[in-house]
Amino acid sequence: MTEIVARFFIGGVVVSCFALLGEIFRPKSFAGLFGAAPSIALATFGLTIVKHGHGYAAIEARSMIFGAIAFFVYACASSFILMRFKPSALATTTTLMPVWFGVSFGLLYLFP
Amino acid sequence: MVSAQLSSLKDIRVHEYLVRFLFGGFCTVSAGLIAERFGAAVGGLFLAFPAIFPAGASLLEAHERRKMAKAGLDGTNQGRAAASVDSAGASIGCVGLIAFAVIVWQMVPKHDAPGVIALATAAWLILSVAVWFARKSRWFRWRKIAE
Repeated sequence: MTEIVARFFIGGVVVSCFALLGEIFRPKSFAGLFGAAPSIALATFGLTIVKHGHGYAAIEARSMIFGAIAFFVYACASSFILMRFKPSALATTTTLMPVWFGVSFGLLYLFP
Repeated sequence: MVSAQLSSLKDIRVHEYLVRFLFGGFCTVSAGLIAERFGAAVGGLFLAFPAIFPAGASLLEAHERRKMAKAGLDGTNQGRAAASVDSAGASIGCVGLIAFAVIVWQMVPKHDAPGVIALATAAWLILSVAVWFARKSRWFRWRKIAE
């Protein structure tokens, strides 16, 4: 339970910090870089290494590459659809979430 | 060109800070629980999950709409265009995110963990910023015209 609370607090703080950096910087395209900050990874790796060791963290990091490629595809698709058709941002980014799942799990399936 | 405006923090409402904190905490806990339940390979995918991306894009759209409303204009399209530009920036940040993961994957089994994580974070920042500036460069603009 203590670990879950620690993860929640650390994750919340790290994600909030990167979100604030994204609010401060201009232009918007530059601020957007912080939307793809390694916030969850930073909040998690320390605890993971302490609990499971370096080998386990390396396996997670290898899969994270697939997750990051999927994020790239998802962000490009979101940007294109928002600019081209101008639907609501929340609807677009939520509806496109299966793209992330499809690409990330597809890559993990292809490169187990 | 690139500037930092601390005054923009004043426009953020308390509930918007709270949404980000809660989403961040929830996603970090979820990533840990998924790794415990399904193993490190599946859990690792969620370290690059676009956790607060929908919330961030929607808050950005709302900000732009509010700003335009103050001027008596309908900022719906403006807000959505801003969210699109933000997403384009995030796609560039993903290039750095891939580099972050590659560095941790290759180096963490053999080296000191805090040093590797610091190096990977620096690589994320440097590469993301470098690609962003390269994207803005004349060469890319020339290519765009050529296409």
